[in-house]
Amino acid sequence: MTHRGGPGSALLLIAILLIVWQGLFLGAGSDALAAPLATLGYLAEQLRTGEMWPHIAATGAAFLIALVISIAGGLAVGLAVGLSRIATEVTEPLLLAANSVPKIALYPVVLLIFGIGMPAKIAFGALHGIIPVAIFTMSACRGIPAVLLKSAAVMRLDGWDRIRSVLLPAALPDIVTGIRIGFSLTLIGTVLGEMFGSQSGLGFLLMTAIGLQNTRVIMAVTVLLIAFAATVSSLLLAFEKHLRRRTT
Amino acid sequence: MMRHAMRIRLYRALAVLIPVLLLELMCRLGVVGPLVMPPPSRMLTGLAALLASGAISAALLKTFSNVLVAFVLAALAGIVLGALIHRLSGVRRLLEPLLSTYYAIPIYAFYPLFIVVFGLGDAPQVLIGFMLGVVAVIVSTLNGLDSVPPVMIKTARVCGMGPMRTAWSITLPYATPYLFTGVKLAVAYSFIGVIGAEFIMSQSGLGYEIRFAYDDLDNQVLYPLILLILLAAVLVNMTLDYWDRRLRARRGIQA
Repeated sequence: MTHRGGPGSALLLIAILLIVWQGLFLGAGSDALAAPLATLGYLAEQLRTGEMWPHIAATGAAFLIALVISIAGGLAVGLAVGLSRIATEVTEPLLLAANSVPKIALYPVVLLIFGIGMPAKIAFGALHGIIPVAIFTMSACRGIPAVLLKSAAVMRLDGWDRIRSVLLPAALPDIVTGIRIGFSLTLIGTVLGEMFGSQSGLGFLLMTAIGLQNTRVIMAVTVLLIAFAATVSSLLLAFEKHLRRRTT
Repeated sequence: MMRHAMRIRLYRALAVLIPVLLLELMCRLGVVGPLVMPPPSRMLTGLAALLASGAISAALLKTFSNVLVAFVLAALAGIVLGALIHRLSGVRRLLEPLLSTYYAIPIYAFYPLFIVVFGLGDAPQVLIGFMLGVVAVIVSTLNGLDSVPPVMIKTARVCGMGPMRTAWSITLPYATPYLFTGVKLAVAYSFIGVIGAEFIMSQSGLGYEIRFAYDDLDNQVLYPLILLILLAAVLVNMTLDYWDRRLRARRGIQA
């Protein structure tokens, strides 16, 4: 962790990426991709006139519900398994294998069960997010120093008290890592879900733009998604580092 | 000790078998309708028939060769770039925010652009698989090189070892377990990337076949194909996991 980049280095990185983008645009031509300034201008205009907001709202609503399911479900599974050594040994390889499955192959199953619409999007988002949250929560429980568990036993803490005042604080940094990864995967899953069985949302917008080869829309939506994902992810990362400094 | 390992394996087998049997029962009893899902046993026989008929051989070959190309490129480029970035600490500081938030970026969002730029051939799918895999390799290469104790490098210099010999007999042995973790992730990510891209939009491959069967409402083909992808992913993951654990155990690193 000695190589931490501050906000200054993030800004420099963004500037460099924009220059690379402009370079690619000059090299590949306007048929292939839209210029940075044109894309950002278009995005700003869309946000100002409000044309994109219904799609953002549709994606946002599905994403938030999916995220709540991912985090709550992942924590529940991760804690239930992680608090028992045997259950962890039995389940860990299964969860890791489930994590390596291309979830998109399961998309037809989700559609056949839920039908086209909001529930399918939510289910697909949660399907992406729940496993990483469970895996990180599980290994967070395993990583709790034995001395803390012994102290809890000596102090005769049990049940909810044990979880609340010993286990959760000790496991929190790793759990936040899981939530950060689960957050981004849930977003990816939700948008992917919208690309097929859906009539609204940013994924739907992307899919229509592909059909029309409208690079300006494709890039505007891509930039919006990346900006949102990178911002939230950086904030969670900063929170995680803060927690780790506090606990060690 | 041995009995403990056996018991774990038994529980694990039950944890997989019991839900599958329940699903089979629910499908047979009609709780889950045949339009939603055929019983697992029929998925398995369907898969055997599908493989024997040769109808999906071309798609299999296409997908696995694209995964292989994406993975090999990601592993090579990741190790080379990782080693370069490790030497240039200024570049590393600059790239740190990108490396740590990279997997928050919806890489599939670039796929439409790749189609516009490269057309509907293999290149866009391979590129997506590559992009998903390469950063995992870069990050674990950096971790691996960080794990080499500076005193060993100094010792090598004192002993008059050249850069090649230092790399071969000191850096590589230390970094290998970390590199393997990156390589393992790259395999899974290339697989996910290629199949996802095929599913979103392409003209061949397993992802495309699944999409086609779904659009056709052909559950007799759809579910065997899904089962095939699940089995392939789980098998590859478990094999690599086994090697990974052996490698780590030999080096005395806790997973």
